[in-house]
Amino acid sequence: MIMPIAPTIKKNYLHKLAEQQKRADGRRFEEYRPVIIETGVINKAEGSARVKIGNTQVVAGIKMDIGEPYPDTPDSGVMTTAAELIPLASPDFEAGPPRGDAIELARVVDRGIRESNAIELEKLCLSPGEKIWIVFIDIHIIDYDGNLFDAASLAALAALYDSRIPINRLSEEDQQSVKNKLEEFGVKPIEETVYDKAGNEQKTLSYFLPMREPPISCTFAKFNNAVVVDPSLDEEEIAEARLTVATDSKGAIRAMQKGLNGSFTADEIKKIIKDSLVTGNALRTQLNESTSR
Amino acid sequence: MKSDIELVDENGKRLDGRTFDQLRDIKIEAGVLHRADGSCYLEWGGNKVVAAVYGPREAVPRHTQNPLRAIVNARYNMAAFSVDDRKRPGPDRRSREISKVISEALERVVLIDLFPRAAIDVNIEILDAEAGTRCAGLTAAGVALADAGIPMKDIPVSCAAGKIGAEVTDGMVNGGHVVLDLGKEEDNFGDADLPIAISPRTNEIILLQMDGHLTQDEFNKAMDLAIKGCHDVSKLQKDALINKYAADIEEVE
Repeated sequence: MIMPIAPTIKKNYLHKLAEQQKRADGRRFEEYRPVIIETGVINKAEGSARVKIGNTQVVAGIKMDIGEPYPDTPDSGVMTTAAELIPLASPDFEAGPPRGDAIELARVVDRGIRESNAIELEKLCLSPGEKIWIVFIDIHIIDYDGNLFDAASLAALAALYDSRIPINRLSEEDQQSVKNKLEEFGVKPIEETVYDKAGNEQKTLSYFLPMREPPISCTFAKFNNAVVVDPSLDEEEIAEARLTVATDSKGAIRAMQKGLNGSFTADEIKKIIKDSLVTGNALRTQLNESTSR
Repeated sequence: MKSDIELVDENGKRLDGRTFDQLRDIKIEAGVLHRADGSCYLEWGGNKVVAAVYGPREAVPRHTQNPLRAIVNARYNMAAFSVDDRKRPGPDRRSREISKVISEALERVVLIDLFPRAAIDVNIEILDAEAGTRCAGLTAAGVALADAGIPMKDIPVSCAAGKIGAEVTDGMVNGGHVVLDLGKEEDNFGDADLPIAISPRTNEIILLQMDGHLTQDEFNKAMDLAIKGCHDVSKLQKDALINKYAADIEEVE
């Protein structure tokens, strides 16, 4: 990746504002940008979501396929996460296979979902050791204005919540066995009304992807002794340290990740955790409202 | 290559209720992205496409530079979740070919002589795919180029025509209807597909591909139909560009 250009003038400007407790876009230090979550934006995907945090825009899509389990987890489904920093999103992104930062982004999102067991993978087994569901999470960065970690994980979660298991793509007999298996695991079908090409109403049974409540991550950046939530691109470029905190609805901390070569004091970290609970709760409410479950 | 699906009903209507010369619903929005120099979001039937233009900027790697003119680098890319069976991310032979024909089509309308050694990068992302993505992509690219203020002779526009509902017996193709803008089933089970792109002021054809079976008469008919379709889409492109500035225009007036 090309080195982001952070001219000294911009840096001095943001530092000066920070001394007056101000930010370039007029936000307070603990103020998140407006977040918009839309689900069901891609018809071909099993589930999808578009998340906007200010000018940052991310689309996540879920595809599911039947495949073979890993030998060490013969009775559990498999999830994989991929993120693409496509050149559409920024003049600095280049085409080609994912590089370091795309891989880091995908792995941080993947870890958040995997370690919290947000997807009930044990319910995605069709026949132990032979057939399981693979869940592909693909994240596309459409417009890049900072804080991709939060945007990408929020989009991935919203898309997962929006996902229905694609039983209609299977053959008749496979459909029945998949349905039986899901009922066995206690996954209840929901009746949905869909419209065919000619606009006729049709009732269909679908099964949501079984999910547990996930932790919500929230990212902070520090520069010139100011700690700000949800850094914009300019703030990210001049940041000395970065901290992502994932919290659950009970107020517990589920994951943390520090980045960059700066440091935090213990007091700063305590304050960050407090703020991340408030922001996390607001984001969680928004996430729940955005899905049709 | 014949299916049991009836693509045309007894009333002369297509599967999705369209007449033979009717386009799918198209929605175009200009200037949707914050970082790009110019951008466009386009929905065409079940297709959802974002296009972004960066440049003119120095072409890298250096050996791709042309000392006499700019190069137009279109990059057509399908999202993994845009199709029924997940597509492996990254360019495959199909998307490389589409990228190439779109780049060449765009170089015909962009005033490339103005920017020696430069590259104009056009990124086309197919987020949701349902027949006719290259037409949708090129159309979106045209709007994004205009939105970026790239000097052009014209705003390029694309549309397809095709043939559906022919009888195939012993390899002989008989009958069938020439229709505008093939839908998903029509693309899969139809008899011919003819995507074209034109420069609408002059009707110059800047992209043309065709597969399937068409008689000369049918080809002429399909061509006329596709060009007519292009002109309809072209109006929507211009509306989208005007709409971006509608509030400002109103204020001035």
